[in-house]
Amino acid sequence: MIMIFGIPIQAFLGQLLIGLINGSFYAMLSLGLAIIFGMLRVINFAHGAQYMMGAFAGMLLLTWFGVNYWLALILAPVIVGITGIIVERFALRRLYNLDHLYGLLFTFGLALVIEGTFRYFYGSSGQPYATPKLLSGGVNLGFMYLPIYRGWVVIASMIVCIGTWLLIEKTRLGAYLRAATENPILVQSFGINVPLLLTLTYGLGSGLAALAGIMAAPIYQVSPLMGSNLIIVVFAIVVVGGMGSIMGAIVTGYALGIIEGLTKVFYPEASNIVIFVIMALVLLVRPAGLFGRDA
Amino acid sequence: MTDKDILLSVKDLNAWYDESHVLHGVNLNVRRGETVTILGRNGVGKTTTLRSIVGILRKRTGEIEFNGHNLMRLPLHKTARTGLGFVPEERGIFSTLSVEENLMLPPKISDSGMSVEEIYDLFPNLYERKTSSGTKLSGGEQQMLAMARMLRIGVDMLLLDEPTEGLAPVIVQRIGEVLQTLKQRGMTILLIEQNFRFASKIADRFYLMEHGLVSAGFDAGELPDRMDMLHEVLGV
Repeated sequence: MIMIFGIPIQAFLGQLLIGLINGSFYAMLSLGLAIIFGMLRVINFAHGAQYMMGAFAGMLLLTWFGVNYWLALILAPVIVGITGIIVERFALRRLYNLDHLYGLLFTFGLALVIEGTFRYFYGSSGQPYATPKLLSGGVNLGFMYLPIYRGWVVIASMIVCIGTWLLIEKTRLGAYLRAATENPILVQSFGINVPLLLTLTYGLGSGLAALAGIMAAPIYQVSPLMGSNLIIVVFAIVVVGGMGSIMGAIVTGYALGIIEGLTKVFYPEASNIVIFVIMALVLLVRPAGLFGRDA
Repeated sequence: MTDKDILLSVKDLNAWYDESHVLHGVNLNVRRGETVTILGRNGVGKTTTLRSIVGILRKRTGEIEFNGHNLMRLPLHKTARTGLGFVPEERGIFSTLSVEENLMLPPKISDSGMSVEEIYDLFPNLYERKTSSGTKLSGGEQQMLAMARMLRIGVDMLLLDEPTEGLAPVIVQRIGEVLQTLKQRGMTILLIEQNFRFASKIADRFYLMEHGLVSAGFDAGELPDRMDMLHEVLGV
């Protein structure tokens, strides 16, 4: 049997892949958080709830209207994105001139209200969402059996992350967003409708969370608390990557997912805390994060 | 001056920073194709006047009419679309954008603007450094980029807030040449400038501001007769 650092290669590569899959969700979620913080300066604690709403939207679309997974991949982010737009337009916008703490407290409260509402109607236990037929089954890679759906999650998340990065770094709309992050008043004086950009950005961030949610539905149980279990880890990833850094969120999301996975092989006791230990170390050495602008 | 000639008309403009009353009834006009300079010591309200006209400072009363539009009623992002281009004192170059991205950032408002090729002919330094980060440029280059950005989109009038501040004499001279070129092309310019020698070579008309008010207005031809007053007020 081939060993790596005293660990069977099957176990090593298996955990590496699981880390990559978790990292895919971390990357997509931290990407949305980074976009929202970078542009709106809002620490969006409702992000986990929006991820959960994406999963529920997919499940309810299937249950009520027979909408399949592929259509739900589009509809769930759109629906949750629209709810995000409503929240930004009628509530969050009023907090921009206040300390960041108010945005954090508002979105934290919002997350509790959303989760509480879903718990009231659907209970706390998870509900299954079937893997789409096209992506069911698996492939024997020799060292491990890879469920096709999980491979799809990794590839789709990479496409989403790269696509979002290209949107922000290489398009005119992205240039507006980056400029508005630096000096929104001046950008507005150029004739660009910055309040509308802010609304759309929150909608985009919420939609990305929902996309991660619908993609997670066939892997994890769809439950009202699925987002709150994840959101603290995702916040740690955003801090490590650098608050508001798009590239930081993507790279750190995948990297910490893999590190967490490998920790399960080499020192399982630390696997639940390794991300937070790294966050503490990064904060001590580079407070702005690995990709933060002040780093 | 007939009403038809007037491109920008400001009447009884009052403005506040929070509770601080900064402008106390500013009145001024700028005719189409004219270069007007607002002179005044630090803190008399020159920058506040420009920021109030553009709409960056929202706590204001009075009348501001530009190109037939009542600017008091327009949200900030719609002011630019009337043809008013603002180049702020701090230049407003974005560090996360390249020189070319900075140049291309404001949406075009008319087809009368300069092409990118014309802009690079006018400011060859910008072409050479078009892929650099905007804030990696020197102060003079940043000023040129800030002006070029407005020229591309086809504005009818440029509002320039202290374009020569902190720049080396050779760069000041270059900016003067650019402004002369723009004048020859018929651009209307409202300029705030503390460098009196620079402004005196460019402006057709002057307003003098003191204590949040326009205390005098005169044509460039009257400068020799006004030098004693300017010496007293500005120390020039």
